[in-house]
Amino acid sequence: MNRSSRGATLVMVLYLLFLMLPIYWLVNMSLKTNYEITSGVTLWPRAITFEHYIKIFTDSSWYSGYINSLSYVVLNTIISIGLALPAAYAFSRYRFVGDKHLFFWLLSNRMAPPAVFALPFFNLYSAIGLFDTPWAVALAHCLFNVPLAVWILEGFMSGVPREIDETAAIDGYSFPRFFVKIYMPLIASGIGVAAFFCFMFSWVELLLARTLTATNAKPIAAIMTRTVSAAGMDWGLLAAAGVLTIIPGALVIWFVRNYIAKGFALGRV
Amino acid sequence: MEKTLNNRAWWLVAPVFFVVAFSAVVPLMTVVNYSVQDTFGNNQFFWNGLGWFGELLDPSTDLGGRFFAALWRNLLFSAIILAIEVPLGILVALSMPRDGWKVAATLVLMALPLLIPWNVVGTIWQVFARTDIGLLGWVASALGLDYNYTGNALHAWITIVVMDVWHWTSLVALLCYAGLKSIPDAYYQAARIDGASRWAIFTTIQLPKMKRVLLIAVLLRFMDSFMIYTEPFVLTGGGPGNATTFLSIDLVKLALGQFDLGKAAAMSLVYNLIVLAVCWVFYTVMTHAGSGRAETEIAQ
Repeated sequence: MNRSSRGATLVMVLYLLFLMLPIYWLVNMSLKTNYEITSGVTLWPRAITFEHYIKIFTDSSWYSGYINSLSYVVLNTIISIGLALPAAYAFSRYRFVGDKHLFFWLLSNRMAPPAVFALPFFNLYSAIGLFDTPWAVALAHCLFNVPLAVWILEGFMSGVPREIDETAAIDGYSFPRFFVKIYMPLIASGIGVAAFFCFMFSWVELLLARTLTATNAKPIAAIMTRTVSAAGMDWGLLAAAGVLTIIPGALVIWFVRNYIAKGFALGRV
Repeated sequence: MEKTLNNRAWWLVAPVFFVVAFSAVVPLMTVVNYSVQDTFGNNQFFWNGLGWFGELLDPSTDLGGRFFAALWRNLLFSAIILAIEVPLGILVALSMPRDGWKVAATLVLMALPLLIPWNVVGTIWQVFARTDIGLLGWVASALGLDYNYTGNALHAWITIVVMDVWHWTSLVALLCYAGLKSIPDAYYQAARIDGASRWAIFTTIQLPKMKRVLLIAVLLRFMDSFMIYTEPFVLTGGGPGNATTFLSIDLVKLALGQFDLGKAAAMSLVYNLIVLAVCWVFYTVMTHAGSGRAETEIAQ
């Protein structure tokens, strides 16, 4: 037993080392001067500099990218959760005509390749005048985030005993009042997890976000790729921008650590 | 728990139905529309019937050859990463610490790559693998390897596979860990009394309990690798040549790069149908596995 647990520790240490090394390298690079980056490989910054971070936080063409990204991500999260709550309740409590087919159809949209939708979305949102606004990206991301939220929330709601619904009805609660006052607090952790995953999948997606924006609503991820290809590689700046995109996820992950698997598995674990 | 039949539940589902239909069905109709037409520019379209589909599904044409090359490339990629990530994920899940602060710390560290924007994943590996400024490339060339992921197709493939393993193995591991946690201690105690070996415990207790989560893990990993775009696009741009041009990269090149709407639309539809078919197979297996489990639990 002891020997196998030592083997397990070794596997874990090696695996985590493999995961952390590339991230460390990015952080390491973001703290070096460009001269140090290009003049040879150094395992840690010899002269720590924050110039790249200062540039990002003071140059509006950089930090506006973060604001753009955050605005469509937050919009999308609110829309997705708002729509998914009643739908997930219906799926967890009732049978109705076409329910299984509808549930599968939702799943299939989570799996649909964004590349298929890039061009039609471009046409659609140009036609209705939303192109290059956060709304276009927020609505486009609903394609996979609404189904995701429905599946996750349904998983949590199925764990709440139905007697609670019936008791509330006998006590004279109307459905909307019951839902907001009693039911939503009961599945608060589920709502939190679903919101986290909507936030995350909207935050990491680039193809649709880039296709649906030009200048005004350009996400930070697209700004990164463009600036890098401009004259001369500003590796330090690129690394600093990359590190800053990792931070939002890293900050909230602690709160959902026990539900990570459930969220990624669409609530099916 | 038996659900009650109530068709008024449709009112609760209607908002989701309309929003997803707006996001999915309307664009797909545009695609269908394009797929049967040809254009010479200037927004003039001509009826082309099933011409594009015929060309697409015939490997001897330019379009068909390109499509099938990307399809096989993508299937090979999915097969490779499944063959690596699933066993590795199981191994990592079995090696997870059992209790204490280490569990939380490991979970957080493991999930970190999953939360990084996909183009930043590409960027991280782009800088990590460069021979002049990246640790991996530098070490490889210091060991005397002629490592060059932008010029050598094999090296590009290895780099992308390692990147994907880095990015997504934690997902498989986290799912398996969730499955393992649901095994009651009594099972292990019984196994110990029977003097079962480590391997016997794995094959008779742990693996069957992980069957459901493994199914989900394989589904998610297959689907996401089958539509991979951003990471290889940033890392290699589909090159060298077309060596790492997967289906989505090829499709975006065709649709947004060359604006070849008819061909791109036909390819989109076939692509989407493949995804839908695979998805349906998994869904059926998954719901059957689920109901099978429910029956055995009732029987016990």
